[in-house]
Amino acid sequence: MFSSIISPDFFASAIRIAIPLALAGLGGVYSEKSGVVNIGLEGMMLTSAFIAVAGTNFTKNVWFGILFAVIIGILLGLIHAIVSVSFKANQIVSGVAINLFASGITVFLSWLWFHETQIMALKNLPTWGFKVPNPGEASSLVRGLIVIFAHHSPLVYITLVIIIISQILIFRTPFGLRLRSVGEYPQAADTLGINVVQMRYIAVLISGGLAGLAGSVLSIEQAHFFVKEMSGGRGFIALAAMIFGKWTPFGTAAAALLFGIGEALAIRVQGVYTIPVQFINMIPYLLAILVLVGAIGRATAPAASGTPYEKEIS
Amino acid sequence: MNRDKSKKSNLFFSIIERITPIIAIIGALFIGSIVILLMGEDPIQVYKMMFGLAIGNRDGWGNVLFRATPLIFTGLAVAFAFRCGLFNIGGEGQVYVGAFLAAYIGFTFAKLPAILLIPITIAASALGGALWAALPGFLKAKKGIHEVIITIMMNWIATSLTFYLVLVYKAPPTEEMRLAGVPQMIPHTSEIAEAARLPRIAPLLSKINISFPSHNPLNISFFLAIIVAILVYYILWKTSLGYEIRAVGYNSAAAEYAGISIAKNIILAMMISGALAGLVGTNEVMGYKFRWRQELFLGLGFNGIAVALLGKNHPLGVVLAAILFGTLSYGGALVNIYTAGKIPRELIMVIQAVIVILVVISDEIIKRLILRRKTE
Repeated sequence: MFSSIISPDFFASAIRIAIPLALAGLGGVYSEKSGVVNIGLEGMMLTSAFIAVAGTNFTKNVWFGILFAVIIGILLGLIHAIVSVSFKANQIVSGVAINLFASGITVFLSWLWFHETQIMALKNLPTWGFKVPNPGEASSLVRGLIVIFAHHSPLVYITLVIIIISQILIFRTPFGLRLRSVGEYPQAADTLGINVVQMRYIAVLISGGLAGLAGSVLSIEQAHFFVKEMSGGRGFIALAAMIFGKWTPFGTAAAALLFGIGEALAIRVQGVYTIPVQFINMIPYLLAILVLVGAIGRATAPAASGTPYEKEIS
Repeated sequence: MNRDKSKKSNLFFSIIERITPIIAIIGALFIGSIVILLMGEDPIQVYKMMFGLAIGNRDGWGNVLFRATPLIFTGLAVAFAFRCGLFNIGGEGQVYVGAFLAAYIGFTFAKLPAILLIPITIAASALGGALWAALPGFLKAKKGIHEVIITIMMNWIATSLTFYLVLVYKAPPTEEMRLAGVPQMIPHTSEIAEAARLPRIAPLLSKINISFPSHNPLNISFFLAIIVAILVYYILWKTSLGYEIRAVGYNSAAAEYAGISIAKNIILAMMISGALAGLVGTNEVMGYKFRWRQELFLGLGFNGIAVALLGKNHPLGVVLAAILFGTLSYGGALVNIYTAGKIPRELIMVIQAVIVILVVISDEIIKRLILRRKTE
């Protein structure tokens, strides 16, 4: 009974579900480590999910679609940086505005370009890695391992590389030290000659780019289409993963995987028991609330996260 | 002489500070006109059509005020929480739950007389919203978990929950549908009792010999929204509860030092905010469609955020901003119809988002200008 739920396919789908959450969560890590709260991740993911499909359909090439998605993510990050870093406006308000903008512009453009609010992607990504052997050719253990680890689309492996690079970049390099100092104590960083504004811009742009990549995973790799509001709160679940992961790339990725397992489990359980689908759909959000309640007291946000940096004039 | 000059410039800046929303609106309409130009249409014609149709006659005004009503409620909800330093972006979910509870009470207690059923149904819609906002308030107050993430999660949970409930309390198929054998396309609940319905404005106006189109959806709930806006002003600025809530929002550490309970006020402010959002049920359910149907409420919670920001979190500003958004929404819908879909109504959503961004930017610019003036 239970073994029919927990199968290699189950873990493979948990990993797939976790990928956009991990990428957007990483975006949150970069931004918050520099002292900028980015709740616009949701809107950046949504816009990029649309642009990825539109770009793929126009250029007939998935990689261009993904590239456009990342660029759009970075551009929205730029807007967030201009509003909240340069103009020092409330970061939450700026994020909310980006989310509102994304809801409007995606439906607007999909209506304008395709005359529909749900658009199919012409192409989806090929699966990379080893072919899964037939039952006679290899032991079930080998087959299971291939299904779980070696039979995904390239974006899964790209994400793994990004997670590892980010962990090293943030905690083992001078760049990372500057980034963290700007988010913890910008006044001190400023006196040491670190350009606070510049660091925050870089961080928010990276954040937008990662959210853009996450959006393209959602539409091109997972759904193979775009439909309005398809990000479905994942930008916020990614923030929950970031908090549960104590603002570290490895922690965030692990928390994203936890969400992936939860959602994959919910999908499986649905096939076995007769639970109304609406209750299954609630699970990711309930899990996020539970995870946040559990995370409290163990983790602290970067000290200056959420506050614009004011150079003291004297 | 010099002092006179600085007095004059202070006055100048205080006027500018008040009218930043107007600057933002003009800026957003300008950006919108660039978009319209890019689509190959004439922006002046489009805007003329939009505003002319929306507010050029009584029917238009009625529709604009009807569309403004729910936005007054959700805008007040966001503004009230904001005064306590809270960002309630869960209006969407609070609207769903509050309106559902109103519909449920409305069709379940159908035997009650109107004089009882109407107040109970109104209270139910407020209660539903308040209950849905209680958990984010509690988690913020007791555990310090940011209300933004929890309220968003509660939105999605509310979407699923009400979708489940609407299937449980689905209206029985009508005679035509039964004969044709077609299922309900969009699930909705049974209609609420006659005694739970709020009267429309049109029959009331015709009694005093003012001609007003009888199909117009404007109903008593608009006046309820105005009364609630005045009530919110009174609570926030004229009662000790409002004073405490604002103190927590202004400087929570100082408020605590003065003996004000932060936790109590956060939970209370969140629940009152949720109740305000839940009251949307009075307009859409009690005054308009008489049943719960999800697409009646789509986006109202989120647009409430924009309305509150544009209205500078003040009840009067919220009412004015809601009327503007009502105009844009109704005008946008008409333009969409009159141009046979050439101008999608989502253009309005884009303009609204740009208004929000420009409001915050122009606010900051003005604040900085004033600060610079003062230090000089």
